[in-house]
Formats: sequence, C-alpha cells, structure tokens
Amino acid sequence: MEWHILSQQIVNGISLGSIYGLIAIGYTMVYGIIGMINFAHGDIYMVSAYITAIVFAVVTFLGVDAVALSLLITLVITMAITGLYGWYIERTVYRPLRTTNRLAPLITAIGVSLLLQNYVQISQGPNVQGVPSLIPGGFTIGTADEFFRIRYMDMIIVTVSIVAMSLLTFVIHKTSLGRQCRAVEQDRKMATILGINTGRIISTVFVIGSMMAAVAGELVTFNYGSFDFYIGFVLGIKAFSAAVLGGIGSLPGAMLGGLLLGVLESIFAGFVSSDYKDVFSFSMLVLVLVFKPSGLMGRPAVEKV
Amino acid sequence: MSHIPTSTGQDVALASVVPKSPAVDGASATRSSIDFKHSLKDAMVAGVLTMLVFSPITNFILQQYSFKVDWFRTPLFLNGISIGLLVAFVRFFVSVGIQTETGERFTQKYLTAQKGVEVEDEHADGMQRLKKILLWAAIAAGIFMALGLSGVIYLGTAAAVVLVILFIVIAMGVRIPKRRGMKHPWKGALPVLFLVGLVVPLVFFYFGIFGKSWANNLILAMIYVLLGLGLNIVVGLAGLLDLGFVAFYAVGAYFLALGAQYLDIGFWTALILAPVAAALCGGLLGFPVLKMHGDYLAIVTLGFGEIIRLVLVNWIDFTGGPNGAPAPSPTIFNLEFIRRAKGDAVPIHEFLGIPYSSDYKFIFIYLLLFIISMGVLRVFTQLRVMPIGRSWEALREDEIACRSLGINHVTVKLSAFMLGAFTGGIAGVFFATAQGFVSPMSFNFFESVLILSIVVLGGMGNAIGVIIAAFTLTLLPEFLRDFAGYRVLLFGLLMILMMIWRPNGLLRAKRPVFEREEVSV
Repeated sequence: MEWHILSQQIVNGISLGSIYGLIAIGYTMVYGIIGMINFAHGDIYMVSAYITAIVFAVVTFLGVDAVALSLLITLVITMAITGLYGWYIERTVYRPLRTTNRLAPLITAIGVSLLLQNYVQISQGPNVQGVPSLIPGGFTIGTADEFFRIRYMDMIIVTVSIVAMSLLTFVIHKTSLGRQCRAVEQDRKMATILGINTGRIISTVFVIGSMMAAVAGELVTFNYGSFDFYIGFVLGIKAFSAAVLGGIGSLPGAMLGGLLLGVLESIFAGFVSSDYKDVFSFSMLVLVLVFKPSGLMGRPAVEKV
Repeated sequence: MSHIPTSTGQDVALASVVPKSPAVDGASATRSSIDFKHSLKDAMVAGVLTMLVFSPITNFILQQYSFKVDWFRTPLFLNGISIGLLVAFVRFFVSVGIQTETGERFTQKYLTAQKGVEVEDEHADGMQRLKKILLWAAIAAGIFMALGLSGVIYLGTAAAVVLVILFIVIAMGVRIPKRRGMKHPWKGALPVLFLVGLVVPLVFFYFGIFGKSWANNLILAMIYVLLGLGLNIVVGLAGLLDLGFVAFYAVGAYFLALGAQYLDIGFWTALILAPVAAALCGGLLGFPVLKMHGDYLAIVTLGFGEIIRLVLVNWIDFTGGPNGAPAPSPTIFNLEFIRRAKGDAVPIHEFLGIPYSSDYKFIFIYLLLFIISMGVLRVFTQLRVMPIGRSWEALREDEIACRSLGINHVTVKLSAFMLGAFTGGIAGVFFATAQGFVSPMSFNFFESVLILSIVVLGGMGNAIGVIIAAFTLTLLPEFLRDFAGYRVLLFGLLMILMMIWRPNGLLRAKRPVFEREEVSV
C-alpha cells in the first residue's frame, strides 16, 4: 500500500463523504421526526442538480461574470427552490398519510421518487447534462514520482459542508425553531400538547433536509460537471447507508457516517476494485444493520408498548 | 336552534317530510356566506407555489451549458405555468364547493376514511356466484371474439384476451379456500374449467390464431402474476416492504442459464432447485434484517437488489456480464423443441410425427406456466386460512401484541419472505427459458417497482386483484405503445394516489370468514 495513493484516496473520500453527509442529514432528520425513510430524498438531490444548472445558466445569461458571486447566487436560489420542493412534497403527499400504517408512506415515497425521476427525464430529456468547470486546478504534495493532489474544488466542498453543518447545528441547538424540532423529535404528542405546531415543524424538517441536499447538489454538479436524472437513486442509497452507519436520527452521526463511508469506499475503489465500490457500500449498510443497528452515534431503539 | 341528532326512525322521517324546518334554514343561512376571499387567497398561494416548483424544471430547458425558455410548452402537463394555473383553478372551485351544503355532504360521504374490514364468505351461494361470473365472462369473451372475427381487432389479440378472461375466471375458483369437511362451493365446475383452460389455447393454436408472439406476451404476463402473488405474500399479507424482489427473480433466471452452462442442469432440475436457491438467498438476507424494525428491510432489500445486479454486470467471466447468457429450452421427457436432432436428443415434432413449428415451445411453456400459477395460487390461498397465514396478517397489524402472545416474529416473517423469494425463483426460471436468454438489463430496479405496483394496484393481500393488475400492467403497454415514455410516471402517480385514497386497492381485500364451529374445533 503506497502512501501517496492512500492519501489521494483519503482526500477523495473526505470530499465524497462530505456530500454523503449533507444528503444523509435529510434522511436522518426526517427519520428522527416521523420515523419514515424518505426514499424520494435522493431524487430531491437530483432535482437540485438540475436546478443548479438552470439557475447558473440564467445567472450567467443575466451577465454575472464573477465566479464566486454567480456560484453564491446560484446556491441561494437553488436552496430556496429545493427547500420549496421538500415543503411541497411533504404538504401534498406525506401529510395525508401521517396517521396511516407504516407501509403506506414508504410506498408513497417510492412513488414520489419515480415521479420526480421521470418528470425530470421527460421535461429535460434523457441525455446527460453538464455545467462548465469553473474552478480548475489544485496543488500537489509529495515528490515528482509519489504525490497526491488536492483540488481547489475538494477544499471548497469540505469548507462549504463544514459551514452548512455548523449553521445547521447552530439552528438546531441554539434557536427556538431548533428547540421545537428537538421537542417534536423526542415526543410528538407531548410537543403538540405544549403548543408546538407539529405540522409546521415537520414541514420545516423536510425543508431543512432538502436545503442540505441542494448544497450537496450544487457541490457535486460543479465538481463532476455532469449529471442525469438517475443520479439520485444510487447516491440516495449510499447517503442512507451513511445515515445508518452514523446512527439514524443523529445529526453528527450523519456527518461522521458520511465521511467514514466516503473514505472507506474510496480506499476500496483505489485498492480493491472500482467496479464493486457500490457493492461495497451496500454491503456496509447490510453489515451495519446486522451487527450494530443503532449505528455509531445513535440511541438504541426501544419499542415501548 | 340547533339540529339535534335523532335516534328514532320516526323523527328522521318527520324531518324529511317537513322540508323547510327552521333548523335547515338556519344552517343554510350560515352556509350562504361562502368565504370567497379566503378561497381566492388560498388558491392563489397554491397556484404560485406550484408554479415555483414546476416552472424551473419545465419551462427552462437545459441545452449544454445554456438554456432555452419556453413559456408555452406543450403538452400542458410539461408546462409549470399551466400546472400552476390548473391547481389554482381547481383549488378555488373545490374550496368554494366544499363550503356549500352539497359539497359538505359529498365530503362526508365519499372522502371520509374507510374503516374496518369487510368479511367475505366465499362458501355462501357459490353456485349462483359461479353462474354470474360465467355469464359475465362469456359475454366479455363473446364480445372480443366477435370483434376479432369481424376484423375490428386482430384475431390473435381477441384470442389472447379470451385466454386472459378464462385465466381470471379459473383463478376466482382456485382462490376459494377449502374448508374442513366442506366441498368446494363450485362443486365439480372447477376441474372442468381448469381443463377448458388447458384445451382452449390448444384449440386456438390449432386454428392458427394463437401463436408465438401472443403466447410469449401471455407467458410474460403470467410470470408477473407469479411475481405479484409472491410479493403479495411479503408486502400484502406480512406487511414487509421488499424493494429488491427482482433479485430473487434474477437468482431463478441465472440459476437456469448458468446451471445449464457450467453444471449441465436442465429445465426441470432448475425448476425444482432454483426456487430453493432463491428462497435460501431470501433466508440469508432476511434472517438478520427481519429481527429489526421493519422499515430497514425496505432499504436493505433495495441494496441487495442492486448488489445482485452489479455482480451480474461486473462478474463477466462467470455471468457473461452485460452481454448476458443463453438459457436452455424446456424438454418433455427428453424430447426437445428443436428443428433438427442434435446428438441423441429427439425433437418433439419428429416423435409426434407433426411438422416443425417454433410455436410449440411457447405453447408448452404457456400450458405449464398456467398449471403452476394455479398451483401457486391454490397453495397461497390455503396458507392464508392456516395458522401461518393468520400469523402473517396478525403480525402486520400489531407486532407487539403478537409477540406477547408467543408468536415468533422472526420465523413467521422469514417464512413469508422466503416463500415470496421461492415464487420469484420459479418465475425467474420461466422467464429465462421463455426468452432463451438472460441479461442483467432485465433485473433492474424498475422491475421491482413494476411488481410492487402490481401488488399495490391489486389491493395488498387480494390475490384476484393482483392477478388482474398483473395482466393489466403488463399487457396494456402492448396496446399503448405511444405512451411508453410516460409509463413509469404513471406508476409513480398511481402509487401515490392509491396510497392516499384507496390504500386497500381498487378491489378491497376481503377477509375470509371464520365460522364459530371451525374455530372451536
């Protein structure tokens, strides 16, 4: 195992893992608050990639040339629209099902996922779409023969993820909205009795999750430069694996699980086989569920009668 | 004066005789002030939000780093502006409508949740029901045959529709469970019908109106019937969401293809061993996961389905990779469906002394699949009224209560899961042998979704509903080729709408009746 390849895979893994972590937040928060796996979350991320490209094209068309400014404007608008997606889906589809058995929301979420994928496919065409690569370059560390490379984009991904995570942690732990979210997560019925608008808080959680997915969507779009309507499926499962690995329901767990999964997957791809890296991630999910279902930082689930 | 609810029938009758009682007047007086302003505001907000959601994706079309704006995009459902206007319009009228008295009554009557379960006694007046079913089936079959003979639709299509109707009628009989000490309510009619179901395709084939192409379509539809019945046990009866059902289907299909390639396994051996292999896979996967909260199963099976597909794609040396692998045809007592004898194999047409036709293989698979589907339906019907079947449904309804009553939730769930996988394995063998070829493309996530749609649309737990849904969803695309692009979109929409409005399926699942004597025995 050569050190520079290992370092390179770790760098790639951290950048990939931040993305997993950002998307995993949506899964983990929704699961924490209403106990439902939102299968459509991966596709919300996919929609956000499309919206990023569209908004960026419009912003460029309107004559904003400065890269940083146009990226920032794109990020804000994309987050707003994707957040609206989360709210809209929760309001129209999931809310009527809140009192039914647990199978109905799961099947509905599959339906939403199919709907989003195919609606985007039909309206934007099945071809791979792209954005221009804006931030090329990076710097290398090591000798001429043995080196690894840190791209500027990797640094941006990690920085933006850290900022987004810190903001979210601040909102959840220090604001009144966050306190309400935590209260609803702990005991929804009691929170309702104490006068918290539970419906609004659940909507808010969907919006927050979607916004985090939008951040990931923008970062991935400008990192890889290309995307299609199918990207949400595999990344969705992987992000969910990350959420489970970190302990579903736990915010720091989602980020930690994402980083861990990203790094492990990169190392596996670099040293064993890149064809089977998805198989590796899915197997990780199964293994974690078998041996430590509460994850790294989750609370063990206790079913009360 | 308020309207006091009456308990006696007399008062109700009085109230209806006197149409203009003060109470009714008072009620309509308060109703007449419909809050138009609120409705308008509500509709505007809904419309604008809908536009904001749909418009960026639909009205701005990406074109390689640039974009094209199309404010008047057609068809209308691909235009965010029109969707927004439509939502606002509909919402306004609905919100005004439900404020009127008629609207309120309508809401009360149709939009309140259906509670409770319907109980059905299949043994009551079985013969009358059979006559009714046969009458309707004969009328429908007659109409289609008349259409076919008069040339409005292809004769082959008409024959296929008749066979589907026949299949459903027989399934309706097979689906009635046998009770202890009781005869089947259809008496001797069921075996006769079953024979008719075997003979009619042969007659159609003899007259040359049932050939390879429609036989192949019906085989595919029946494979989905099998898959639907298998998943119905897992999702419908046991309440476990399995999103990787296609993995077991793939195990069955590849068992035949690779078994023939490496171990020289024939169709019949595979038909027995492949389902067992699929069930073992199901057991290995299900055992650790079923111990936990049910939701995890969905995502683990989803991951497992993808793992199987990725292995099939990437393990090129063994599975043939994306190019797939050939699968052998079935044989009848070592007689083969080939034109010329290879080695010591005897072609079936030479043995029977009839001219060669490539249709024989498909007709044979059709008949065999028909028998096996009915057998599977029979077994599943009987299981449902046996203790194991009742435990599945009980666990679905309340796991904690069942566990406290001493039901081992892991083994009960595992039995459902493995039985579903077993059925998937059977379907896989038939798929491989009918296509003569397997490739990973046939086992993607969409297949799992299609099978799930069949179960959801058919009404979870309802075998007849599942069968009708399987035929509809697999044969309808044959007729509606122009809409092929919208198929998945419709499936998604269907799943959402069904879950919100009719979670029990279009045909409601009914519980079989359990009589008192039977329980006390």
